Parts: sequence; structure tokens; C-alpha cells
Amino acid sequence: MSTTTPSPQTEAPTPSTQQGVTGLTDSSTPLYQRVIRMQAFQILLVLIVIIAVFATLAPHNFANLSNARQIVQNASILAILGVGMTFVIITSGIDLSIGSVMVFSGVIAAKLMIALGGDGWGTAFLGIGASVLTGLAWGMLNGFLIAKAKIPPLIVTLGTLGMALGLAQILTHGVDIRTVPQVMQDEIGYGNVFGQVPVLSIIALVVIALGMVLLHGTRFGRYTYAVGSNEESARRVGVRVDAHLIKIYALSGLLAGLAGVLSLAQFGTTAIAGQTQTNLNVIAAVVIGGTSLFGGVGTIFGTVVGLFIPAVLQNGFVIVGIQPFWQQVAVGAVLIAAVYVDQVRRASAARGRPTRSLFRSRSRTTPEEGSSEGDAA
Amino acid sequence: MTDTKPVLEARGLTRRFGSVTALDGADFDVRPGEVVALIGDNGAGKSTLVKALSGNLEVDSGQVIFKDVVRVIDSPTTASALGIETVYQDLALAPHLDPVQNMFLGRETMRPGLAGHLGFMDNRSMRKEARSAFDKLGATVRSLDAPVGSMSGGQRQAIAIARAVHWANEVVFLDEPTAALGVRQTANVLETIRRVASHGVAVVFISHSMPHVMEVSDRVQVLRMGKRVATYRTEDTTMEELVAAMTGATGQVAA
Repeated sequence: MSTTTPSPQTEAPTPSTQQGVTGLTDSSTPLYQRVIRMQAFQILLVLIVIIAVFATLAPHNFANLSNARQIVQNASILAILGVGMTFVIITSGIDLSIGSVMVFSGVIAAKLMIALGGDGWGTAFLGIGASVLTGLAWGMLNGFLIAKAKIPPLIVTLGTLGMALGLAQILTHGVDIRTVPQVMQDEIGYGNVFGQVPVLSIIALVVIALGMVLLHGTRFGRYTYAVGSNEESARRVGVRVDAHLIKIYALSGLLAGLAGVLSLAQFGTTAIAGQTQTNLNVIAAVVIGGTSLFGGVGTIFGTVVGLFIPAVLQNGFVIVGIQPFWQQVAVGAVLIAAVYVDQVRRASAARGRPTRSLFRSRSRTTPEEGSSEGDAA
Repeated sequence: MTDTKPVLEARGLTRRFGSVTALDGADFDVRPGEVVALIGDNGAGKSTLVKALSGNLEVDSGQVIFKDVVRVIDSPTTASALGIETVYQDLALAPHLDPVQNMFLGRETMRPGLAGHLGFMDNRSMRKEARSAFDKLGATVRSLDAPVGSMSGGQRQAIAIARAVHWANEVVFLDEPTAALGVRQTANVLETIRRVASHGVAVVFISHSMPHVMEVSDRVQVLRMGKRVATYRTEDTTMEELVAAMTGATGQVAA
């Protein structure tokens, strides 16, 4: 129904009891139409086109199994971070600290494993546990400061970004730790199952699947959308918004901790200086995948697709012999286009003007409500 | 109806914000199955009174009596547990969620057994229940799948009211429910209010619109400067009398 012209049959001045029945339509939009309108689906088409172009330009070097495997493996750790970031951004928050938390957690894990000694699974598992718990702790700190102290997420996570990185450097005196249990590097970092599938990618796939179930299937996910959509309304119906936000940032931190130890396993170093762009790359992927920075909208599937666009571009440019720096240019353009599409969509949904303020203040209620329809029929 | 006992009653509620006295010993009462209009000029304390009775505001002194028992309604959850719901002026729906998700927000039906404990919801039964709730009110809801943010003001109003009514088995507060609506949607809402009351639920209707008040209410209670200054049976009063009581030209306690 469009803005100002109510259809005559539903607007009878004195409604009868039956009116509701006629007004209810179950499947007003067929499933395929809803899928087509999903930003995640549109971006998937973009990805397929990109892949097709590279496959045509370099049929032998690009379109082969080992290259595909390479791309997937490189995207795996980012995908784990992307799952957490999707939750965060759906609540209309942001988490800039993930790269630093990764590094810090990796340092803690490396230090612990060195102290324990040994190259076996026992040491490795304790290291993994320590890294995940360290990430969780940072995430809970973020969540507490955002939900209870009411400091904007942008500032809180900018602060912890610096703190976690600084502390990691203090602990290591700025020198990367390169001692990692052998079993961890062999079995996790370079390990494969079924001969060809990297263990890292399997772990990422499990995290993605769990994230999808949690976000799209459970009450926890529903509350995540509700908090991002209209925090005040969630609060009024008894959703414990503060506790929920703390859990969301804790989840993001926990996944950053997991990513930190996986990165340690993959590269055999704490790579202290290696994650400065990670937060922005993950945020870009989440946003390209159709998750709205204004909250209330988003999918894990979109995030995964959004991750592959930069990954494929990077790989493809190298293979076809274009300077790989073009990847940054292309990804930047895709990012802006994705947010523009989101803006247009939101504006048409709310029938108001698109807002230009990113990261709205947490205290405001729905930006959409105000401008829409004081229509006197 | 006059001899029915009040389901919800406030006695001498007082609330100060710094030097401003928003409620100054305000009384209020509403009986099952009746529509009480709560009127008063801007700043008379209508919204403050509703917030106090719906668990959104603490009072400095005074009593709230629910079904003959003195209660402390200190949170919206407490109010909900008693069967008291509020439709706020800004509706307080989550625009990205659909009508069913909004209706059950915070009160989701979980799947039985282990799945429910793991956080999985019974979407099918919620949808069925929501549909029958909308039907019962004759609410015009365009789609159960579309986000409510994409719907018109009238539809969202219908959803907000249906949600409140679905959960309220005792008292519904409607804060200016017709303020943002056109003529037809307003007629719809007023019709809905009568229908809710006919199910035995007490409805408290806050409005600036005297014609709406006259049309829909059984009794009118007038607030002025934080006090209830007059109570009328709607059939025994006139708009002129109500306006006079609101502005302080007259003041009596009747009915």
C-alpha cells in the first residue's frame, strides 16, 4: 500500500468484525520475490559476476580447485569475526576492537603455551581456551561500558582497540612470539580434512552455521533485531536490553579470541602489527552483505557473501596481473554502493528522507517513526 | 456499572520533579468493562499519572490499589503480570519486526521440550494466536510478514492496540491513541476501544479531543495541576463543562 491513498475497501468508516479477516493476507509477497529483494542476494549476484569475469580472463589460473581453496582459507578467519560483527551491527552498534582483541588473545595464548611447554594437544587446547576466554573478557568489558555506562560503542571499542593492542605490545615488548605448538600449526593451521578442505574453513563453517541458527532461529536472535530496531520498545516489553547488549559484545569478543588463536595456528606468529585493518575489513563485509548500520536488519549469509567480494577481487587481480592495490579501490566503491542501496531502501520503507547521521545515539527511539504519515486519509 | 468496584484505583499519588509537582495527591479509579477518559490541559499530570500506574515511574507518596490489594507497580513487567498494558503515544513497536514478532516481543511462545530451553520459538503457534487476536479486534493488518515500519500509521496503531489488548486482561491505558490518525482510522480506534471494554477490560483513554471523549467514554475524570478536580458521567455532561473543569473555570466532584 502506498502512502496517501488508502484502498477504499479497507477504509470503511465503521469497521465490522469481519474486516480484519479481509485485511489479513498471509503470503502477500511470494518467497522468491522476498529473496530477490534481499540485499544479500543481490550482492551474491555481484559476486557471481566477479567470479565469472575472472574465470573468463584466467580460466586456468583462477578457476581451479587449489585457487578456490586458497580464497576460502584466507576468508575463514575473517568469517568467524564477521559472525560476531553481524550481531553487533544489527543492534546498531559497532566493534572496532576485534583486530586488537585477536592479537591480545593470541599473545596470551602463545605466552601460556610457552609457559606450559610441550608440542602436544594438551598444551594446544589450553592455549585455545585461554585465547577464547581472553577475547570473551574484552567483549564483556566492551558490552558493560556500552550498556551500563552508556558510552557510544564507537568510542568504547576505539578505546579498547588501543588498549588491547598496547597491552599486547607491552607483554611482548613489541616483538612477535613465533613459538607455537607443532600440533597446532600442523593440524589446525595447515590441516585438511578429506584431503582438500582446510580445517580452518571447517571451523569457520561451524561458527557460521551456529551463528545462523542463533540469529535466525532463536529468541536471542529475535531480541538482537528488536534491540537494534527500537531499543525503547524492547525495554518496555521487558526485554533485558542491557544484558543482551553485553552478551552481544561478549560474543564478538569471544569470536575474536577464537580468531586470534586460529591466526596463531595459521601463521605461527602473533602478528602484532598484522591486524590493523581487520576491523574495517570485517565491518565492510558485514555492510556489503546487507546488514544495516542503523540496526534491525541483517543476515549472516550476507556477511559471508560480503567477505568473498574483497577476497575474490584481491586474488583475481593478482592472477590476471592487475596491480592488487586496485582491490582496495574496488571494495571501497562496492561498500559505498551497498550503503547507498540500504539508504534508498530504508528511505522508501519509511517514506521519509534518508538520514545521514551514522551511529545514532542509543537513547533515541525509531528514526523511522517520526516522519511517517500524519496522514488524514 | 456504577456499583462495580474499581479494578484499579490510585489514592493521593504525589510525584515531584525537582521543584515541579507533577502529581499533587491525585486520585483515579477505573472499573471493569468501562471506558474512562482522562483529560486535562498540557502539564496537568495525565501522562505522569499513566506512567505511575503502568510501572514506568515511581511516586513519592500515595497508594495504588489493584483489585482491593495495595500494590507497588514498579516496572512495566510488574504491570504486565497484573494484566495492565499501555499503548504509548509513540506506539513503541519495533519497526523492523513483523506484527506477530511485535505482538509477542518479550513474551515469545517457546517450543516444548529441549528445543524451547535452547531458545527456539514456536513461530507457528504465535502466528496463529496473533491472527486470531487481530481478527477479534477487527484490526486491519496488511500482512503478518511485512515489517511494521512499512505500514501506515493507522495499521501500526491497530497493531499496538491489538498487542496491548491481547495481553491485558484487566486494564489498558491508551495515551492519545488518535493523535496522529486520520478521520477513518480514528473511527476505527474508537470502535476498537468500545469492543475491548465490552470484553470486560477496563480502558483508560487519554485524549485532548473532546468529541472523541464524548463519543467513546462512560466516565470522564479531569486532572488539573496534578489533582483530580472532577469526575463526570459522560451522558450527564457537556463539552463546555469539561473544558471549564480543565481550565479551572469550575470544579466539582460528581458521580
